[in-house]
Amino acid sequence: MTTNEAIRVSGGEGTAGHLDELRTDPIALLERVRAECGDVGRFDLADREVVLLTGAEANEFFFRAPEELLDQAEAYPFMTPVFGEGVVFDASPERRREMLHNQALRDKFMRGHAATIAAEVEAMVARWDDEGEVDLLDWFAELTIYTSSACLIGKRFRDQLDRRFADLYHDLERGTDALAFVDPYADIESFRIRDRSREALVDLVAAIMAAREATERAEDEESDLLDVLMSIRDEDGGLRFPPAMVTGIFISMMFAGHHTTSTTASWMVIELLRNPGAFDRVAAEVDTFAAQGEEVSYQVLREMPITEAALKETLRLHPPLILLLRVAKESFTIEGVDVREGQMVGASPWVSNRIAESFADPDRFDLDRYVEPRAEDLDNPWNWIPFGAGRHRCVGAAFAMMQLKAIFAVLLRDWELELAQPPDSYRPDMSKMVIQLQQPVRVRYRRRVGRS
Amino acid sequence: MRIEIDRDLCQVHGVCESEAPDVFVVPKRAETVTVLIEQPDEALRPQVTAAAKYCPTRAIRIIEED
Repeated sequence: MTTNEAIRVSGGEGTAGHLDELRTDPIALLERVRAECGDVGRFDLADREVVLLTGAEANEFFFRAPEELLDQAEAYPFMTPVFGEGVVFDASPERRREMLHNQALRDKFMRGHAATIAAEVEAMVARWDDEGEVDLLDWFAELTIYTSSACLIGKRFRDQLDRRFADLYHDLERGTDALAFVDPYADIESFRIRDRSREALVDLVAAIMAAREATERAEDEESDLLDVLMSIRDEDGGLRFPPAMVTGIFISMMFAGHHTTSTTASWMVIELLRNPGAFDRVAAEVDTFAAQGEEVSYQVLREMPITEAALKETLRLHPPLILLLRVAKESFTIEGVDVREGQMVGASPWVSNRIAESFADPDRFDLDRYVEPRAEDLDNPWNWIPFGAGRHRCVGAAFAMMQLKAIFAVLLRDWELELAQPPDSYRPDMSKMVIQLQQPVRVRYRRRVGRS
Repeated sequence: MRIEIDRDLCQVHGVCESEAPDVFVVPKRAETVTVLIEQPDEALRPQVTAAAKYCPTRAIRIIEED
């Protein structure tokens, strides 16, 4: 029997294969795989072979594949030291469904979240003078710590957090070097910072828990997820979930929605400001609702097509995750290429979101791609994949879109923004698996005339 | 019209149930949506259309039959 294995992409001659390139210039690597090998190609991370699938046909296969064929539990070794042992990166489809039912992402909770998020944005801008300058990434990273903790864990816990938690959390995200594919505990600075930051987060959570132990229980309607976890005791009356475990649970709950949302919000501001007319179109839509005296509500947020289009285009060009990974649990054939059990299999939102056959002039920011009658996201469900697709599609996507719209509904209603750096100086930082922006990411703000 | 669900895509968010409770139900702990009326009356079209439009995973398709 002949086998027809995936073509290996050029480069990566040393024993580490393409690992160094993935750590320094992942875009060049991923784009080269498609350019040289087509829809199915291969790169190597030390002794792991990664088969990269791109394009609609291969992506549809990837995203429809059942867990028994493509498993993601073992595919992200860089996350284990972030969450802590025993806290899984990705739950099974069954567990994900349970999370949807039991937790805050279900549709009926969204209405309350809209108001919570708007209030958190108001609280952050209340610290601003009438004009000034901010670093977008710092600002949105702090904001999204407050919004995600308030919506997912509860208002009571959120009110006990401050900037320190946001800074430590950011350091944790910076500890996702792809070197973890070889050794997640290698002695490098970003891993040392990661481990120190995690310990410091445990200390913060432990202090919050100790303070709660010492005071009376919250009224039922005020109690949050931490109260629930603290109420569960073992036979001796001790905590079933001690601080280290609670911290791990909270880190993992907040993780998927944190860096993703803060970087998307940052890029949204940048793209709106460096593409002529875009900022004004979104601001005009926001003004329409403000003029009608509408609160920032769930229903209003659903009906913001221009803002939504701008967010979709931001996500297409700057997907927060550029490489999604699985492990093949069985051998199979895709587009005539054999994939062996044990190989890793990847899909790339970055590469697929920019396929020219699906998105004309793919590098151009063009929000009209999603303005009726055009709907390039729906027309290309397997190539427009900033949230992934299929059974593993980001369960927080609806929450994320609602949150981003709420942020911009408040921000653009009351503030004018302006780039404080040359337009092409805003760049992604892809040195870690969790992508951020290269700092500084500065913009100027000024209170809009006639607004209080 | 006839309703078709892509079961690979449904993540039981429950938006369809909020929009068209007569047509869709997502029972607690269910693995997928239950369609109560596969071929709903024209009178239900606005609700069903909203359910398909706002479904977070676009798992609902409305097939026109003649």
